[in-house]
Amino acid sequence: MAAGSERVAWGGGTHWLARLFDYKPFLIFICLLPAVGLLVVFLTYPLGLGIWLAFTDTRIGRGGEFVGLFNYELLFSDRIFWMSVGNTILYTVVATAGKFALGLWLALLLNRQLPFKSFLRAIILVPWIVPTVLSAIAFWWIYDAQFSVISYVLVDVLGWRDSYINFLGDAWNARWSLIAANIWRGIPFVAISLLAGLQTISPSLYEAALLDGATAWQRFRYITFPMILPILAVVLTFSVLFTFTDFQLVYAITRGGPVNATHLMATLAFQRAIPGGQLGEGSAIAVAMIPFLVFATVFSYFALARRKWQQGESNA
Amino acid sequence: MPRLTRRDTVKLGLGALAAGSMLSTGALRAAVPVKDVPVPDWPIEEGAKLRVLRPSKFVSADEVWFRKNTEKFTEATGVPVKLEFESWEDLRPKTAVAANVGSGPDVIVGWSDDPFQYVDKLQDMGDLAAYLGEKYGGWWPLAERYATKDGKWISIPYGAAGGRIVYRKSWVEEAGYSGIPQDLDGFLDLCRKLKKAGHPPGFALGNAVGDANAWTHWLVWAHGGAMVDENDRVIINSKETIEALKYGKALYETFIPGTESWLDANNNKAFLSEQIGLTDNGISIYFAAKNSDDPKVRALADDIYHAAKPIGPVGFPTERCLVVNAMVFNYAPYPNAAKHYIRFMMEKEQYDPFLINCIGYWNHPLKAYDESEVWTSDPKVTPYKHIMKDSLWDAYKGTLGPASQAVLADFVMVQMVAAACIGQATPEEAAAEAERRALRYYKS
Repeated sequence: MAAGSERVAWGGGTHWLARLFDYKPFLIFICLLPAVGLLVVFLTYPLGLGIWLAFTDTRIGRGGEFVGLFNYELLFSDRIFWMSVGNTILYTVVATAGKFALGLWLALLLNRQLPFKSFLRAIILVPWIVPTVLSAIAFWWIYDAQFSVISYVLVDVLGWRDSYINFLGDAWNARWSLIAANIWRGIPFVAISLLAGLQTISPSLYEAALLDGATAWQRFRYITFPMILPILAVVLTFSVLFTFTDFQLVYAITRGGPVNATHLMATLAFQRAIPGGQLGEGSAIAVAMIPFLVFATVFSYFALARRKWQQGESNA
Repeated sequence: MPRLTRRDTVKLGLGALAAGSMLSTGALRAAVPVKDVPVPDWPIEEGAKLRVLRPSKFVSADEVWFRKNTEKFTEATGVPVKLEFESWEDLRPKTAVAANVGSGPDVIVGWSDDPFQYVDKLQDMGDLAAYLGEKYGGWWPLAERYATKDGKWISIPYGAAGGRIVYRKSWVEEAGYSGIPQDLDGFLDLCRKLKKAGHPPGFALGNAVGDANAWTHWLVWAHGGAMVDENDRVIINSKETIEALKYGKALYETFIPGTESWLDANNNKAFLSEQIGLTDNGISIYFAAKNSDDPKVRALADDIYHAAKPIGPVGFPTERCLVVNAMVFNYAPYPNAAKHYIRFMMEKEQYDPFLINCIGYWNHPLKAYDESEVWTSDPKVTPYKHIMKDSLWDAYKGTLGPASQAVLADFVMVQMVAAACIGQATPEEAAAEAERRALRYYKS
């Protein structure tokens, strides 16, 4: 045994370093240290600081003191805050539904035998890869009230309308425009992840179903959908998290306008905290997002993922 | 934010350089009266280098000549200067971060009342202000108001970008007017006639730092409304404000659609593509037209004229301008170099050509520059001459400070007018909402 020979070779007790590295708890600690260290420094500290700031009246350029729930009382009676909460929920629900419907459809299409399959699967990823700000600026140009290419085609080329569409000036138009931009950007993530899940379904299941005379819809409903449910849950969680906390798209296209109609909680928090200088209030808005996110994560994880037969316990 | 494509910007830059080299002759610079005041003796630190942050250009000559003057400074003193141009919306946050973190650019040329947010973190500029004031005939009261707190100078006002009504003379004459009426009723009538003729006006109603603030403040002030009174009590919810909002709503009916989402660049683009006939803007539209590569757009420049905005029931002009102040933070390792830099950039040899080549885009805070050639070389530029002299300050009628800065940064005035105009709220509701929001900042 190595330890024994060491003892004999050094003619005394084992070296304290060797004993230390043999000590399991210590090994575990130093192996985890880099990862946990990164997490603590870059995640836990900012999160903790943000939560602390939410209970103070800190301003940029000036420290603050603990004020308890003062910020939240202010926000409770703030019409714009509640509008941002409503907007965020609407944005998340509709955009996620759109992304999943279209992403799943795309994944099902890509799962078949297609010409240039690899090439197609690669280009599909482009909206996701392109930096959000760039695509946001492009969308801003597409949605411009005077210079939109969509309006140009509809009015000047096809003649279907006689006035340009006010994409970003009307409150509801702006909301739907942003949701459309978000769906465009988010489909690849959902599609590629679900495609990966679809690839793991054994074709023998489909063959057995075909032999029993199942229609395409029945095949989808009874084989495809249940089998991709675990990965659907994971992708749904991520998608909801990303969409709920979306900042770049909304900020780059409308800055939260017109007249705060498209403010999400993230953009409102930024607007109040940095240009407005009210760090405490901005942090309070950001912290107010946490309960929603926790709920969304827990819901999608438990409601969609926990199936006994997937855990391999008993046959359904 | 794409204001102009890169190609346009390069063309404008070349045009500006050509225009600039024609304009800047030695004889012109002699026009500005200067008193004989010795340059203050602040020894420049060993190994000094500076980082300067300022808003990005709206006219290409702005950046070209600012860089030129900065290079002259480096030649004269041997101090290397790194210039950073920040987009308008990001300048305030970047200033805030530098202040909060305690390191960053040495000189920040920031927006309006930003210095009041960081009073304790700024170097005292009293001696520099005294030198410049004595040499150049004194500061305009507005400039002094923006740069001093309780009599102590905390920044040096570098200039102001102000708006005037920019209009197409031929279309206004078609509508039956020889110029811009100076009364509110006449102005509304003109806008209605312009809309009927298919050349509607357009004023920014989005969160546009320059354009939206300019006309919405004018609107409310002209009717006698104000955010706060002389004692910083919030008085925005008044019948004068509601009158202003009703007038604004009537005006909005004449606008081109889409102004609710307009930021600072939109009215420039719309005007130059002949979609609107009248707007409120700095001289950037005229500058872009004059220096354009496209002969059709250059021909537009002949038809562009400028005028002051109408005077309301209060009986005096109630314009608003976007002041920029040069601040030196306490964390700056080379304060003397920084102060010399600011001094150098405002000296006649640098500042006058800068004014002239921006053809009036920036307005001067020092009275002597009234005599600069820029205000007489082109009669269309003359309406912009007295922007710093005539405009009211952002916290009118109260005092500039962190509360007024927060109210401005949150676009309370702009969003009140926008909400009333687009019908999101009645004038009464909009005024009440603005009062609630302003109280949030003025109470704490």
